[in-house]
Amino acid sequence: MERDSVFHNDRLGAPRNPLLDELPSYQSLLYRRKPSASGSTKRRGSSRTRLGSSSSGKWGQTTVARQYEEKHRTQTLQRPVRELPKPMAEKRRDKDQRLEQAKDLSSWSQWRQSTRRTLRRLKEDGFEMLSNLELWRGDIHVIEGMFGTGILSYFSFLRFLVLLNFVMFLLMFGFVMLPIITAPHASGNTTFNHVDGFECSNYPSTSRRGLVVFHQHITDLLSGAGFLEQTYLFYGYYKVETIHFPKFTYNLPLAYLLVTIAYLFLSLIWIVKRSATGFKRKLVQDEDRFQSFCNKIFAGWDFCIVNDSAARLKRSSLLYELKTDLEEERIKQKIADRTRKEKCRIYVIRLILNLFVIAVLAACFYSIYIATNFSQKAQMTKVNFILDLIYEYLPSIVITLANFITPLIFSLIIQFEDYSPAFEIRFTLMRCVFMRLTSICVLLVSLWGQITSCQEGNCVCGYNHILYPCWESRVGQEMYKLMIFDFLIIGAVTVFVEFPRKLIVDYCDCGLAKWWGQQEFAIPQNVLEIVYGQTICWIGTFYCPLLPAICTIKYFIIFYIKKVTLVNNCRPATRPFRASSSNFFFLAVLLIGLALACVPVTIGIAQISCSQACGPFINYTTSWEVVPRTVSQLPAGARTFLLAISSEAFAVSLFVITCLAMFYVIALAGAHKRVINQLREQLVMDGRDKRFLIQKLCQAQRTCAIRSTGSGFQSHSSDRVSPSYRSNSGVFLVQPPPDSATHV
Amino acid sequence: MGNKQTIFTDEQLDAYQDCTFFTRKEILRLHGRYHELAPHLVPMDYTNEPDVTIPLALIVSMPELNENPFRNRIVESFSEDGAGNLSFNDFVDMFSVLSETAPRELKAIYAFKIYDFNVDNFLCKEDLEKTLNKLTREELSPEEVTLVCEKAIEEADLDGDSKLSFADFENMITRAPDFLSTFHIRI
Repeated sequence: MERDSVFHNDRLGAPRNPLLDELPSYQSLLYRRKPSASGSTKRRGSSRTRLGSSSSGKWGQTTVARQYEEKHRTQTLQRPVRELPKPMAEKRRDKDQRLEQAKDLSSWSQWRQSTRRTLRRLKEDGFEMLSNLELWRGDIHVIEGMFGTGILSYFSFLRFLVLLNFVMFLLMFGFVMLPIITAPHASGNTTFNHVDGFECSNYPSTSRRGLVVFHQHITDLLSGAGFLEQTYLFYGYYKVETIHFPKFTYNLPLAYLLVTIAYLFLSLIWIVKRSATGFKRKLVQDEDRFQSFCNKIFAGWDFCIVNDSAARLKRSSLLYELKTDLEEERIKQKIADRTRKEKCRIYVIRLILNLFVIAVLAACFYSIYIATNFSQKAQMTKVNFILDLIYEYLPSIVITLANFITPLIFSLIIQFEDYSPAFEIRFTLMRCVFMRLTSICVLLVSLWGQITSCQEGNCVCGYNHILYPCWESRVGQEMYKLMIFDFLIIGAVTVFVEFPRKLIVDYCDCGLAKWWGQQEFAIPQNVLEIVYGQTICWIGTFYCPLLPAICTIKYFIIFYIKKVTLVNNCRPATRPFRASSSNFFFLAVLLIGLALACVPVTIGIAQISCSQACGPFINYTTSWEVVPRTVSQLPAGARTFLLAISSEAFAVSLFVITCLAMFYVIALAGAHKRVINQLREQLVMDGRDKRFLIQKLCQAQRTCAIRSTGSGFQSHSSDRVSPSYRSNSGVFLVQPPPDSATHV
Repeated sequence: MGNKQTIFTDEQLDAYQDCTFFTRKEILRLHGRYHELAPHLVPMDYTNEPDVTIPLALIVSMPELNENPFRNRIVESFSEDGAGNLSFNDFVDMFSVLSETAPRELKAIYAFKIYDFNVDNFLCKEDLEKTLNKLTREELSPEEVTLVCEKAIEEADLDGDSKLSFADFENMITRAPDFLSTFHIRI
């Protein structure tokens, strides 16, 4: 310590102030140095524990000292030894001392402490075993080392989705398929739905008869029709009313409906739980500025990086970020300096461009609508193999094309809207998310339009039973096709675009290669892809119960595809995605997808009359009707209870209570923020007080030194003097210094 | 965990398990890593606690630290003599603090020590500039470096002395969202 930095402003070259080193706030930082030659001021021990075998005699002098000591001791006893910032040898000494003290306690507390310790060890060992079972642990470790934590969050998100889909599949399988599969073996029978002679219940078989050409099997596999239609894959196969097991009867329609609601709820709770930590952190950093400089300098380097090319890339991305931030500061300044005329001009431009965006979106949605209608009509007539397949997949193709073109358009026009760079990214992303997820809904709406429109105007059965004897299976087929096509596109883009691109960039030296550049692993687009797939899964599971299983396998394979393409073809994006904000972003987009998926499912269950030729709900008008009918068959007590819960009085009072709770929590958060601000101001004040006091102290010290050298002043000490001062004369201290300053 | 190992006594392993965030297996694995850094220096038998230190140059050659711009400061902060020579205790301590389960407060204390290049218990402008230059390998222009450091101090300095004391640093780092996820080394 060359110079006393506290007095940097007024006194350069002032002597080093030993007082600073004695302050408790510095002691915790000094412990790792061996005691220096001056010895007295730097004490090799933290201020936190003074379980001192040494110098116990001196403490007897002041009761204040002893009380202070006790307080310190009890404080440290509450913190586990491993969390103390001390070297290992000291921690072991602390641990032994604590064990010694523990012997003084009663046997009950001793036993309690030892059980707590063993339980903790067991828990740690258990966690270690569990983490060994974690899926893809080694792969993710490798990715983290090569690309850092931003891309890592994408892959752990993918892993989360695999697990979620697997759990959904287990739910469906356990409650819907397993009873049906085990029913013939159990000594029970199933009652099948049957309605006599009604034209709505006519379900012509669509399986092919006679000699079937091979490529027709492929068409069937890819479109879910033909031999796949009457299998467990689709809703139409579950034409079961109740299953009579020996001990009880199993109401399959009710189970089917409740499992649908259950998996939506389960997804919601799991996602919210996962995003809770990220959200809490987002609330704490209330000011946006903490995304910039301090965070980047002190928390910017990923200590996990072990690869030198990754380190180089991380460095360049940090550089890029810092430069962007400086640029943003400049732009903010520019925005603040805008004149009124310029503001008007910008707003007009933004309005026009937003209208243009809406027009583009409307055009895309209209083309999806047209494509769906055309595809439905064209499926009635078979031309030839290839053309049939194209007609089947026409909506998927149009959606994929739209999702490919619109991000390019959006990123082009956002440049004219003159926002700050951070906002640009977010806004473009929001537009893309909206585009992707709404296109599915448009598809469904156009499909339903087709299903519920009959030639005579008013449909006899509530739906078009001539064209769609089993409309739920048809919707399921569309979802199945979307999912398969999505998977094929991801695979095809990887094989036919990314690998050749890498080959071109590596081996070809032409202008095209330089302009195109190496593939960047753009996290937002990849995340949107998989959220899109997951939304399809959520919507489609009601109509195609095996869809979660297909989705699990699909994401499983996508993990490996993405890993291979990442390792071989990509470099990290120049616009890096921070890990902290990523997790929150992924889960927020997933929640939007879930919310959007709930709408079609709810409408399908509650509004549209279910088909009467297939499926579990033949004897009901809408799928939801099974619940009121079951409730009416329950015993009186349960029935009144359930009716009470679903009554308006209960709903209104629940709503009021929830609002009150929300207001309370918001008020609490506001109060906490105010307290934080006050504490921050107090910290500032305390810092200034400290400097002021130290200044005064040193002034007094110097005057005394001058006086003593000048006139041979004798040392004037009181019994309250700190013996740590080596100055010629004693110095009055207002109160005894903290114990850490005393020494032997 | 029931295996016969002769590197440490059971009490030593217990002590390590209590004083760090590692399990027994991980501590044995760490000993293996420590040993392979200097096989002729480090004995396999630690039951009588030999006083062996490995110099800085060997420690920073580990793959986990090799690419880290702050590797020298990290090792120096955990060494007893301040020159970077780590005993096995210091070695385990270092990776324990940098492990995933270490709490934020503990990491903040050590992060402050690491970034304090001139060891004066303040993060002054020179410390920040050195940090920034190590991060970017001096590819920012000097004016940009000054500007960034000024902004950083402006963001975090609470008591207005134009440098960061530990209280300032801790207050700032608890609000830095990336700190916990980046300040950790997997070993």
